[in-house]
Order: sequence, then structure tokens, then C-alpha cells
Amino acid sequence: MQYPVILYKTVKIFFKKLGKNMTKKQLSDSINNNILNYNKWANWKKYVFISVIILFFLFLYILSFGIQSFLQQLVNGIQLGSIYALIALGYTMIYGIIKLINFAHGDLFMFGAYISCFLGNYLIAHNFGFPFIVVLIFSMAVTALLGMTIEKIAYKPLRFKPRLAALITALGVSLFLENFFALSPENVPFPLNKIVFGPRFLPFPALIADATYDIAGITINNIKILDIIITVILMILLQYIVKKTMIGKAMRAVAFHKDACLMMGININNIISITFGIGTSLAAAAGTLFALTYGQLQSPYLGIWPGLKAFIAAVLGGIGSIPGAMLGSYVMGISETFATSINSNFGYVIAFVILIVVLIFKPAGLLGKFTKEKV
Amino acid sequence: MNKKLLILLILVCFLFSVSVASAKIVRIGGVAPLTGGAATYGASTKNGCLLAFKAVNAEGGIDIGGTKYLINYIFEDDQGSPEVAANAFRKLIDQDEVVAILGSVMSKCTLAGAPIAQDAGVPVISPTSTAVQVTLTGDYIFRACFLDPFQGAVVATFSTNDLKAKTAAVIFDNANDYTKGLAEAFRESFEKLGGKVVAYESFTDEDKTTDFSAQLTNIKSANPDVIFLDAYYSAAALMAKQARGLGITVPFVGADGWDSAEFPKLGGEAVEGGYFCNHYSPEDPRPIVQNFVKKYAETYGQTPDALATLAYDAALILIDSLQRAGSTDGAAIRDAIFATNLECVSGQITFNENGDPIKKAAIIKVENGKFVFQKFVQP
Repeated sequence: MQYPVILYKTVKIFFKKLGKNMTKKQLSDSINNNILNYNKWANWKKYVFISVIILFFLFLYILSFGIQSFLQQLVNGIQLGSIYALIALGYTMIYGIIKLINFAHGDLFMFGAYISCFLGNYLIAHNFGFPFIVVLIFSMAVTALLGMTIEKIAYKPLRFKPRLAALITALGVSLFLENFFALSPENVPFPLNKIVFGPRFLPFPALIADATYDIAGITINNIKILDIIITVILMILLQYIVKKTMIGKAMRAVAFHKDACLMMGININNIISITFGIGTSLAAAAGTLFALTYGQLQSPYLGIWPGLKAFIAAVLGGIGSIPGAMLGSYVMGISETFATSINSNFGYVIAFVILIVVLIFKPAGLLGKFTKEKV
Repeated sequence: MNKKLLILLILVCFLFSVSVASAKIVRIGGVAPLTGGAATYGASTKNGCLLAFKAVNAEGGIDIGGTKYLINYIFEDDQGSPEVAANAFRKLIDQDEVVAILGSVMSKCTLAGAPIAQDAGVPVISPTSTAVQVTLTGDYIFRACFLDPFQGAVVATFSTNDLKAKTAAVIFDNANDYTKGLAEAFRESFEKLGGKVVAYESFTDEDKTTDFSAQLTNIKSANPDVIFLDAYYSAAALMAKQARGLGITVPFVGADGWDSAEFPKLGGEAVEGGYFCNHYSPEDPRPIVQNFVKKYAETYGQTPDALATLAYDAALILIDSLQRAGSTDGAAIRDAIFATNLECVSGQITFNENGDPIKKAAIIKVENGKFVFQKFVQP
């Protein structure tokens, strides 16, 4: 963002001062001062300006819909944002380490949801205590294994090939997973018919008894609170792993420079595998929470839209940045909810206009860093 | 030897002449898709028609103008494609010289074949084509099903009269003509009946949307007496659950998009006590319904769906009209169909000037995970 602006400012000052017969030294000082001043002032003004606009819209909303409606929609938006955040965290992590947009992420989300459904039904049928925790951990583990396998088979051979090849492979993996699991069991031969899910609706087992609380007129569901809590816990855990542990350090090193890591004795294959494992297990957690919240699995294609929206949220927050993915998801969830509530016909339209506007002013996303491409 | 042969010949001639004299044949055409995406619709339609015609033939045929005719049902597969349907209509009319045609299932196929039949003066009864234009093709084109605006009116009438609703909320899929048409019809009828639609919310494409809490929060603050969940069963189940989760306690109503055995499983507690409108109910106690359900189950081993029922009704209407017309002339049959007043499986049927049926719709309640027939409603 800053570079084009600085260039523009410099040129402008240059032409302005040209008429005043300044020395070279005076000119360069003036340019430096102006740019420094510009940055400080512009940031301050910009944030105030944006805050005033947002507050103005919030005020208008409260005026026309009432404070109660406003708070309820805010809760809805945060809950929706939490689901997006869990998916977006995996997207952004994998992108941060190997610069690959893993389009199959939405389908791993779907896989996690189906695994939870089958295990959940089994556990409930056998009267197992605390089924939710068991289901969540098991589904995260199985999906992580699948994610690591996919990485080994599909992405590893392309690691030092052009990035476009891996991107297209990711699209291929995504289409494969959707269409493979959507095969109906009657139409495929023996060993496969035990694996595929089939294109049918499945009710998701009630792993947690539903309870609705009414706090000052705002209705909130215990599952929605759980969504938010688990998202925050997993995000803190992820931030801790990446920032404080040796594995995290190695991940950051791999993201920084692969060849140097090889020289330092870091096994980059293992580190990338672990990254994939963690990323896909987050997708599975999101899938489980999604299915628990909405109570049904439509078809093995259900990952497409949440995956796409979470990807957009990750870009909005600055892809590669973990807090950015979180922020982007909440912005996305809340703006979508409010836009839908103002006019349900234009819900998606308004949400995506916000995305475009943000990207025009901050092309690297809200918290993303603008890095120079090394040639 | 020669004598025996002669006697045999005479006997054969005698038998032949008797059979010709006692049972002439009337040909009726059928068009439906038996291959392609809508294959199950076509199979149900064919089964429904065959059941009606077989029953007539078993009783010695149909009485037209004092002579008994056996029905010869000539079936053509239109593969769900308008081009094939047009050819099927032409073949039935030109080669087989049928007196009337029952078909087709999909509106686009019926629309392709209807002008041909209209020009040839052959009456057509479509069991299930719901598009408004179908019967506007001409005076020889009829249908046995009700139209989407009618369903909206039925749901509105039921909500006003039986649920005593003064205010209603609607939530519908704005990417689907079926739900959009229903929502508009519901709003119009509900306001005509003196009610007020306090929230009119939409969402975009049920494949892309799983979270309806923004719309439902708006509906909650509008505080309606009843909510019309205008969507197919999976989205309707999702909405019902989320609405209950937001603390909305008012009853839900819906249209025939809810009609799936999966619906109570997906919706669970949330859809209990919901009402929806449908073409018929297999639990309807009238003897004609119970006989039909029993015979259909004996013949085909399953409970008839709405398509089979409407096809059976279309066949009943045609048989009745042929008897009353007293001839196999197209114009006479057409006039007889217009004058129909017949008890069918899907209710008492008469026709309006367009050739659309005037009948009642069944209201079905979701109770303990089952569909329970409530009553018939006519707006």
C-alpha cells in the first residue's frame, strides 16, 4: 500500500517545489519530511475517518432496528465469524508456510464433519460419556492424517516446481474429494462402498443438549457460545505453537527461507507435514462445530461455500497472518449478518462490496504485510 | 378332416365377430420421461395411469355411447426433453390416432407438445405441469394438479382461518422461481384476507446458505403470529431449528416443498406441529383414497407419491369425460372435460375456463415425526 502512495507524494512534491528554485538538499529534506508527516497524519486521520463512518452506520442501524436487534445480530455475526475463523486459520497457516492456497481445505472441513457425524452416532448409540470432546479430537486426528496424506501424494512432488502447478493440483484435489465422497455406496464396488458418504442428507447427532439462554432480550444458544469459546481457545493454542515452541520456530523458519533451513538441519518435509496436519485438524474442528450448530449435513459438497467464504476472510485479514485471519473472519461474519438483516436480497452483495473496498485501500489485507517479491 | 377344419373355421370366425362386436378399442396416449433425470417421475406417472385403465378393462371396458370399448394405453418416453416430447405427441396423434393424451410431466415438455395437440383437436390432460402458460396454449389443454399461486393462497387461508393468524412472516429463496412465486402468492392472499405480512425476508440459493439467523432475528423482532418457511425440506428444517434456537415459538407453515420423509428427521423437535399443504394424503379416510393406496401398494409394492396420484386422477377424469361425451370426437371430449365434476383421489375436481382444476388442497401436520392428515382447504 505505502509504496504507490509514497511515489505519488514524491512526484507531487517534486513538481510543487520545482518552481521555487530549491537546492537538491532542501528538496530531499522537504520530500523526507513530507512523507514522514504524511504517514503519521494520514494514518491517524484515516482510522478516525473509518471509525466515524462505521459508528455512523451502527448508529443508523440502532435507530432503525433498535438496540436489542443490534446486539442480537452482533452475537449472530460473531458466531458465524467463529466458524469462518476456524477454517480461515488453516488456510492462512498453510499459505504462510508453503505459499500454497489449499483449495481442498473446504473439503477437508466437510470430511471432518462427516467423520464426527458417524462417530457421534456410534457413541450415542453406545451411551458414551462426553461424546463431544471425543468426537472433536478423533475427527481432528483422522482429518489431520488425511491432510498429511494428501500433502505427501499431491503437493510434495511439486514443492520446487512453479507455484501455479501446486495451485491447480489443489483445485484438482478439491474436486476429487467432493466427487469421490459424493458417490452413492450402491454404485461402487466393495472396498470403496464402506468409505464413500453418498449424496444424501444426514441429520447430525445432538452431541450436546441444546439450551437457550435469554439475557436481557438477547437469545443465545449454548452451542453458539461453545463455537466462540472453542475458536478462541484453538486460536490461542495455535498462536502459542507458532510463536513459542521449537516446531513453531521451525515453521516460521521454513516460511522464511526453505534452502537456509535445509542447511541448518531442519527437516522441511516433516515441518510442512506437521503444518498440514495442524491446518487440516482446524478444518475438522470447524466442520464438527458447523455440523453441531446447524444439525444437518447436506451433501459432500457442503464445504464449498464455507470454504470459499473463509478463504475470502483470510485474504481480507491478510493471508499468511494468523490474527489477520481471525479479524478478517469476524469482519466478514458480522458484515454479512448486518447486510443481510438490512436487506436480505442484497446480503451477499453488500458483504462482498465491503471486501472489495477494503482490498482497494489495503491490498495486503487488514493485518497483512506488503512484502517485496524476490526475483 | 375337411369337415372338422370347416367347423373350426366357422367357430373361429364366430368368435372373432363376437369379440369385435362386443369390445372395440379406444386408444389413449401417454407421455412421460422414463429415462433421464426425472425418470422416477415418469415411472410413477405411468404406474398411476395404468392402474386406472387396467381397472376399467378388467370390468369389460368403458361405455361410450352404448358400446363397450377396451382401453389401449400407448405410452411414449419423452426423456424429459421438449424435442422428444413434441415428436411423441406427433406420433401419438398421427400414427396411433389416439383420442386423448395424458402428459407430460414437466412443464417444458407439455408446452412443446400442447400446440400440436391443440391444432389436431386432441384433448391433453397433464397430470403435473405447474407452469401457468401450459393451459393457456388453448382450449384442448388441461391439467390435474394445482398451480403454485394456488398453494400460496391455501397456506394463507389456512393460517388466517385455522391458526387465527393476524400477522405473518415469510422467508424464501430468492434464487428459485418456485419459492419466489409461492411467497408472492402468499403475501397477496394473506393481505387480501385482512392479515399483515410483517416480515418478508429472503436468502440466496439454499445450496450456499446455511445460516439464517440474520433474517430470523428480523422476523423475531417483527413478532408475527405464524411463519411461512417457503423452501424445500432441508432448508426448511435448518430454518426451523435456527428459529427455535433464537427463541421463536410461533407455528411454522409450508408448501409441498416440505413433502419428504427426511423432513421430520432433519428438523426433529423444531418442525413438530408445523403444517404444510400437499396434493393429497395417503391417510385421507375417503374410500376412493384408501382403495387407491391399497391397490397401488398391491400392484407396485409402495405407497403412491403425489405424481402417481395426480396421474391416476388425470386418467379418472378422462375416463369419466369419455363416458359422458358419448363419442370419441375431440370437441365432444373437450366439452365433457370442461363439465367435469368428479370425486378424485386428490379431491373433488371441476375445471375453470382455462382448463385448470378447481379443487382443495390437503393440509398435513407434522406430529411425532410423522405426517398426519388434517383437512382439506379451498381458498
